[in-house]
Amino acid sequence: MHVRLEGIDMNFGEVAVLKQVSLSDRIDKLAIIGPSGGGKTTLLRIIGGLLVPSGGRLFLDEQEVDYAENKLPAYRAQLGYVFQQGGLFHHLSARKNIALPLQVVHGTSEEEALERAQELLNRFGLGSEGDKMPAQLSGGQQQRAAIARAIAASPKLVLLDEPTSALDPEYTNEVLDVINDLGETGIRFIIVTHEMGFARHACDKIAFLYDGMLLEYGSSSELFENPTSPELQRFLGKLLEWRI
Amino acid sequence: MNPLKNIFNLFLAPKNKSVPLFKGALNYLLVCVLIIVVFWASLSVLNITFSFGFVDLYGKRILDGFILTVQLSLVSLVISLLLGTLVAVGQRSRILPIRYLCDAYVKIIRGTPLIVQIYLFFYIIGTAWGIKNRFIAGVLILSIFEAAYIAEIIRGSFLSLDKTQLEAANSLGFTRRQTLRYVIFPQMIARTLPALTGQFANVIKDSSLLSIIAVIEMTQTMREISATTFQLFESYILLGALYLCLTLPITFVSHLFEKRFNYARKT
Repeated sequence: MHVRLEGIDMNFGEVAVLKQVSLSDRIDKLAIIGPSGGGKTTLLRIIGGLLVPSGGRLFLDEQEVDYAENKLPAYRAQLGYVFQQGGLFHHLSARKNIALPLQVVHGTSEEEALERAQELLNRFGLGSEGDKMPAQLSGGQQQRAAIARAIAASPKLVLLDEPTSALDPEYTNEVLDVINDLGETGIRFIIVTHEMGFARHACDKIAFLYDGMLLEYGSSSELFENPTSPELQRFLGKLLEWRI
Repeated sequence: MNPLKNIFNLFLAPKNKSVPLFKGALNYLLVCVLIIVVFWASLSVLNITFSFGFVDLYGKRILDGFILTVQLSLVSLVISLLLGTLVAVGQRSRILPIRYLCDAYVKIIRGTPLIVQIYLFFYIIGTAWGIKNRFIAGVLILSIFEAAYIAEIIRGSFLSLDKTQLEAANSLGFTRRQTLRYVIFPQMIARTLPALTGQFANVIKDSSLLSIIAVIEMTQTMREISATTFQLFESYILLGALYLCLTLPITFVSHLFEKRFNYARKT
């Protein structure tokens, strides 16, 4: 999938959260990294159509995204989105969480939607948890179900917003494994993450956002081995400080 | 095992766990006995004996009053639900006069006693606008009063909706209407239904105040009967029991709803 960002600006009141972010590349597995408050989540939300940028344009496969209120639902329906936590509907079982959007948004029959949901639950090791409510699942199970829901309608692109940062370490890996598997089955994704090992080894491209600016962009091996900007050098250095 | 400890254990249960049937029944019985003993002791100090003979004589009137109370409460509940929902929506309106009107309404109604509202409404607004029928006036007053509380229940539950839930619906491509129908509405029902059911018990109890404008509901009936029989205590004991007959099942249903919709529970 070709993604092109043209001078994306985002201001919240007086605060400029994103400043002239531009990028044009084929995206398969992209990780957005950088310190907190750098604008990572904001950028992901703009790409996902959940936020309307203050300025600039976005193209997916050379098609410009129209941020008109009435156009957005159809645009969002083509994408999958996974939140940091709490994205599953509290009042629906895991299975219904996956099936409902298929029925309501994509017009799938109930029977077919439930079947597809079960298929995905099986695939993510949740085969026998389908009837449980989100609150009855562990954090890792919740995120796996959320990922299942995000890919249920075969989206063009899956966006993951720090999907493991609210999890205990033991659950983090099971979720990262699932995301890695997605990549290997050809599902394209953009992930905002603090898991540098995952960004480095499971993603092919890295975008480093710092203070609202895209300071570095490139292949993951290159960026991690030869960070050019002092900011990225410092950022990576800090992360390695407490390495085992 | 210490036998004393065993006996103590009969009266103890851990928090957040259901109590075994036998233990529950035993302790409930104990509480009932306690209440009766205190009540009976007070009566014997005052040297009062009861006779409920008047019930036979006035049975028909008591029944009429009972039915009128039920009717008043049911109609008021329906109207106050509609009005309360409108007000709750109005409080979030973009049109400022509407928002402030709803806000002022809730503040005034919640800030004044029902008895004041009944007098003012009935004798000023009711007279000026020619609302002579006491049942209609009573229903209107009660509905206006309860709607303010219902609006607050609905507003509170809307505020407690998790914003991520709405974002999740957005991210899946739900339109506004679909979000309302499939996410906001079911979650609000789950949050408000127990409280709204409880509010119905309040409507029933509050309707007793309509007796002051001579709506012949249950309380007014009892007041009239006790004025002729001079059996004040018996009348009010019966009155309290009759209200309990209505409110206790409602409380029970409210608890059921609470359990049924508590999908955040772990087990």
